[in-house]
Amino acid sequence: MTIEMLGDILGSTIIFAIPLMLVALGGMFSERSGVINIALEGIMIIGALIGCLVLRTFNLSGFGPAHPIIAMLITIGISALAGAVFSLLLAFAAINLKADQTIGGTALNMLAPAFAVVLSWAIQGQGNTVINIPTWIRMTESTFGLAEGTGFWHNLIFKSLYLTTPIALVILLISIIILYKTKFGLRLRACGEHPQAAASVGINVYKMRYAGVIISGILGGIGGMAYTIAAGAGFQSSVAGYGFLALAVMIFGNWKPVSIFFASMFFAFFKILGNYSGSLSFLPQFENIKDSNYIYLMIPYIVTLIVLVLTSKKSAAPKAEGIPYDKGQR
Amino acid sequence: MGNKENYVIEMLNITKEFPGIKANDNVTLQLKKGEIHALLGENGAGKSTLMSVLFGLYQPEEGTIKKDGKVIKINSPNDANALNIGMVHQHFKLVECFTVLDNIILGVEPNKLGFLQKDEARKKVMKLSEKYKLKIDPDALISDISVGMQQRVEILKMLYRDNDILIFDEPTAVLTPQEIDELMNIMRDFTKEGKSIIFITHKLNEIMAVADRCTVLRKGKGIGTVEIKNTTKEELSKMMVGRNVKFTVDKKDIIPGKVIFKVNNLTVPSKVHKNNAVKNVSFEVRKGEIVCIAGIDGNGQTELVSALTGLQKVSGGTIEFLGHDITKAKIRNRSKLGMSHIPEDRHKHGLILDYTLEENLILQRYWEPEFEKAGFIKKKEVRRYAEKLIKEYDIRSGEGPVSIVRGMSGGNQQKAIVAREIDKDPELLVAVQPTRGLDVGAIEYIHEQLVEQRDKGKAVLLISLELDEVMNLSDRILVIYEGEIVGELNPKKTTLSELGLYMAGANRNKSKEADKNENK
Repeated sequence: MTIEMLGDILGSTIIFAIPLMLVALGGMFSERSGVINIALEGIMIIGALIGCLVLRTFNLSGFGPAHPIIAMLITIGISALAGAVFSLLLAFAAINLKADQTIGGTALNMLAPAFAVVLSWAIQGQGNTVINIPTWIRMTESTFGLAEGTGFWHNLIFKSLYLTTPIALVILLISIIILYKTKFGLRLRACGEHPQAAASVGINVYKMRYAGVIISGILGGIGGMAYTIAAGAGFQSSVAGYGFLALAVMIFGNWKPVSIFFASMFFAFFKILGNYSGSLSFLPQFENIKDSNYIYLMIPYIVTLIVLVLTSKKSAAPKAEGIPYDKGQR
Repeated sequence: MGNKENYVIEMLNITKEFPGIKANDNVTLQLKKGEIHALLGENGAGKSTLMSVLFGLYQPEEGTIKKDGKVIKINSPNDANALNIGMVHQHFKLVECFTVLDNIILGVEPNKLGFLQKDEARKKVMKLSEKYKLKIDPDALISDISVGMQQRVEILKMLYRDNDILIFDEPTAVLTPQEIDELMNIMRDFTKEGKSIIFITHKLNEIMAVADRCTVLRKGKGIGTVEIKNTTKEELSKMMVGRNVKFTVDKKDIIPGKVIFKVNNLTVPSKVHKNNAVKNVSFEVRKGEIVCIAGIDGNGQTELVSALTGLQKVSGGTIEFLGHDITKAKIRNRSKLGMSHIPEDRHKHGLILDYTLEENLILQRYWEPEFEKAGFIKKKEVRRYAEKLIKEYDIRSGEGPVSIVRGMSGGNQQKAIVAREIDKDPELLVAVQPTRGLDVGAIEYIHEQLVEQRDKGKAVLLISLELDEVMNLSDRILVIYEGEIVGELNPKKTTLSELGLYMAGANRNKSKEADKNENK
């Protein structure tokens, strides 16, 4: 294995870790406020769907190729908005109607892909499920006025750099600050742990939980877009279970932003290892098995299971998550 | 001030209805500035409801609230806070995984543009802590500190908000006698500064010790307000219950028989933390005696009982019952041998709440030939048996044997459990906080039942947090502290304060040294 290849693998790890991290952070905000957000998968799909449609429009109108960064920024903003609006459905069911949060979330997960297919077909014509992603969204050295490079650093940073990556890193920093350094964060965490205590000191639990779910919608929407870009093959009404994987990342990360960052890198690394399994000579190749690369593609999911078994005992899950808050209850 | 009597808070003719029940019916409470005003009543008399109205958690249907003579409206805890009304809730409203400091500032966080300014808060909290001698560690997590310190955190929460009308809801239930004395001194200090206190309790001794006046509620109605210096304990209890109540239990002296229950070096792991909850505990229970395990909540009692009754596995030691080793025996086998269990949490382990009363009464016996044939329950027999128990134990419910247990009052739910467990004619009765949350009448009844078992020559193991119960009922007291038995006391020879010292762990080393000396 060459140093270039290492750069390649690490670069790809980052690009896949970004959506996982964003969505897991979203899940964290929702659960810290007390609402289990199992609808992350659906939120990602809606974010990606609307984002890709916006990109398509920019591409057709010629605005995108001319001003890629501005176009991308707008796209990300609209993905976030779409995710937030979709998450309101969960918030309403879980907070106002006090519905079972798992069932509500599952319903949204079933709704999202169906809606995506309908909208894709309505816009692109019957049977055209794939929304292609234009190539101009990728950022290269030339975007920053640098010369085209090669080697480790090129592969690590510029081989697959999109605007979502720096934005996600900024979001990570902001998340840490919001959660631990602000009044809002303190109140949000209190609502997920002991909503009656929060209410007794005059905090509006309903409001805080709405805030938590909407933030998860925003991050989930951006995350859906980031995933679709990373996957590269265009949007096909699916995010391949990444919403659920993000839930695992969030649990593995113990509902803490920094741990979530490392957890997402960990999971993404195994995902990439699967993709590169054919070209890494030191990995066993299972030559007697037909299509042995599937074994490596299973790895991130198997690792998820193992990690959850090992870590679930000392999990620091918010105590009141999943329990609808009722004002009258003492 | 136009007000001659100088009331800071007046709650006039408050009526608050819940579906099917008037929790407060035309209740009036007037709080003078700088007084400690006790609010006395049995469980379900409406004390908490009345205070929740004052704290803005409920809106009354009728009545007015005045502060300093002006009519006010309290729609939320925020309004109460703005009027400087603060409350220490019976079940503390603290976030367990937050630090002490975070809990105190929650809701009134000092901030710049939304960013927390904790240094400023810390200074103010430490100043208050010193001034009122409320010792706390601002950086400790709530889950790591004692219940007593948690209460100090709740008090500091009110002081931090500059509250001067302080409501204490059953503040002494979780404290040791020493801590109770401390709390009362703190309350007196507050009144010296002109703060006014409403003190909710059903413990008469405490009212006599600390309160200036007392308002009594019974079944939602205000019975009256009296000056403490002009009244007696007996008079107060009569106002509270509506009849004369015995405070002591009549108990014959009997000589205990042979040992039937023996625990040797029992060790039980904790479900919450890594350490053992019960450490190397040994004791015996003989026929015809009530042995009481006393201790502050959370010192291993729950785990000890779980191990004795078979709800939890032990990690070391043995349990012998009537000559059998039952350390690993199944719950049903223990029950068949003659062990009965009145569990700590009657909703979780005592009853199936959505079953009927008659079904609950045969929970441990439905498989006996008396009640079952070829897999079918003999409904008629069950009904007959249930009716017998209902009559004998005076279990009151809406529809008799077919009442759903969830809808019954706590006292009658407990009576159903007591009936079921005692009617099995057990050799050993393990009773865990059998009177928790019950009113005076029901407590009296259950105490009589326990003593009757003892007088019949049965063994009773009582686990209780109520010191009066411990002193009144038991023949021997074992004190449990941090999972160890730290002392054995004779209730006739010991005092409440000695018992309290043992419970707080203060005498732990002393008793160990005494053991050592004896062994030499």
